[in-house]
Amino acid sequence: MSMPFYVSPEQSMKDKADYARKGIARGRSAVVLQYDGGILFVADNISRTLHKISELYDRIAFAAVGRYNEFENLRQMGVRLADVRGYAYDRSDVSGRVLANIYAQTLGTVFSESAKPWEVEIVVAEVGEDAASDQIYRITFDGSVVDEQGFLAMGGSAEQVTTALKERFDKDASLGAALSAAVHALRHENGEERDLDSSGLEVAVLERGRHEHRKFRRVTGDRLTSLMQEGSASVGSQPSQDSAQEESGSGSDEQQNGS
Amino acid sequence: MSEAFDGGGQLPAAFMNPGTSSFTELLGAVAPDLLPTARELPQGTTGSHLTPEATTIVALTFPNGVVLAGDRRATAGNVIANRDMDKLYRTDEFSAIAIAGAAGVGIELAKLFQVELEHYEKMEGRSLSLEGKANRLATMIRGNLPMALQGFVVLPLLVGYDTDRGQGRIYSYDPVGGRYEEHDFHSIGSGAVYARGALKKLFAGDLSEEDAAVAAIQSLYDAADDDSATGGPDLHRGIYPLVDVITEDGHRRLPEEDVARLATAVVEERAERPDGPRAPLR
Repeated sequence: MSMPFYVSPEQSMKDKADYARKGIARGRSAVVLQYDGGILFVADNISRTLHKISELYDRIAFAAVGRYNEFENLRQMGVRLADVRGYAYDRSDVSGRVLANIYAQTLGTVFSESAKPWEVEIVVAEVGEDAASDQIYRITFDGSVVDEQGFLAMGGSAEQVTTALKERFDKDASLGAALSAAVHALRHENGEERDLDSSGLEVAVLERGRHEHRKFRRVTGDRLTSLMQEGSASVGSQPSQDSAQEESGSGSDEQQNGS
Repeated sequence: MSEAFDGGGQLPAAFMNPGTSSFTELLGAVAPDLLPTARELPQGTTGSHLTPEATTIVALTFPNGVVLAGDRRATAGNVIANRDMDKLYRTDEFSAIAIAGAAGVGIELAKLFQVELEHYEKMEGRSLSLEGKANRLATMIRGNLPMALQGFVVLPLLVGYDTDRGQGRIYSYDPVGGRYEEHDFHSIGSGAVYARGALKKLFAGDLSEEDAAVAAIQSLYDAADDDSATGGPDLHRGIYPLVDVITEDGHRRLPEEDVARLATAVVEERAERPDGPRAPLR
């Protein structure tokens, strides 16, 4: 009987983590950020039907990057779990924290027990009664959970996108301005300045003030186009020095046209 | 949920496996005790006196959609169990159901149907067609057959706006899960015969939304007039029938003040003519 080569646990975990990180970085980015009316999700996604952003429950949404089949499996699990809990107790008893914990457990188990880790990074966000009670959890491939404040970017070249998003992020921004900040950040992926128009974006919001019990809404079509124009117009008209400096790059022409 | 505690660090397979988008099937696999219909009852006994009866429901279509209305009374034998019950459930943006019969089972069933539709929508990324919703409800009512045989009969009335056809539609059910599409108007519950008689005379193909609501309130008044288990508008307590409207803009419950205004007008008119509006003889 042949013995397998000995691989130290440190090495095996490192290999798995490298593998997962590489897989996640291969795709395009997604960003999640607060705005004055709730939480905004924007993903670089040309598909209209294979979503990276989805509704989990009344106040809770899901965003993911990485391998579609793996995060789709996690999304379905979240919807099932949330609906069973909400049915067994009450709709108000389903919380983002519980879902984030279960995702963390699941991903942690997969990471340590199976040969191939899942190449996914997900966000569970819950819109609260006010901005201070909003919750945004980032769960990575190894099952770590981070309670994020305000905004985050994941997938692709997340660091560059985060840096670009940080420049413009304002948690009291209107939806249009927040969307413009998100698009600005996604444009900076891989250090390049890409053109992104509404057809290549998947956009959704958790709207705090929505009258229906389900706060999740996709923003598509004409509404998305007009919001993008509104957002770039409001940024263009801001007399702030910072934004004037930022726009001295190749993006400036477009900003002026929009205003 | 015993597998949930087996220490594998993962949820039961039913949560993870691809396949079903049905919440009822999922619940049957992970927590069957939560299903309203999965009850083992001793044979030969009847327990129908254990839960109150929900009574009259009416629905009628109008050119832009459909109106669903219900009285507020629940009875237990000769006792009024509840005066302000809500028997109408918005099930999603374009559909609603109302229940008549064993209230305890009916409310659970309506709640399950709501989650069923929402669950499907979230899992699949699109809503079920109205036909699909009607068929799904039929399956759920069929699941309740053993309970129905013990006396816990629940009958729903499903109404919805068919976005493909651009019209309001009404479906009624029998206890074995038979599904019947009704045209123009329908009523269920203990006062249904009286309400349907009234609707037959009041219905017209060109009613406005408000006229359709008035026709529903008139027919409920007639049902309450002749059926002791149906409650009429209670002006003293401020309890009025509930009226839901579904159009191409989605589901909307008429605000209480609007229904109060319409119902008060109906009651005042009945002071002049107790049997309600007269239909022309020829």
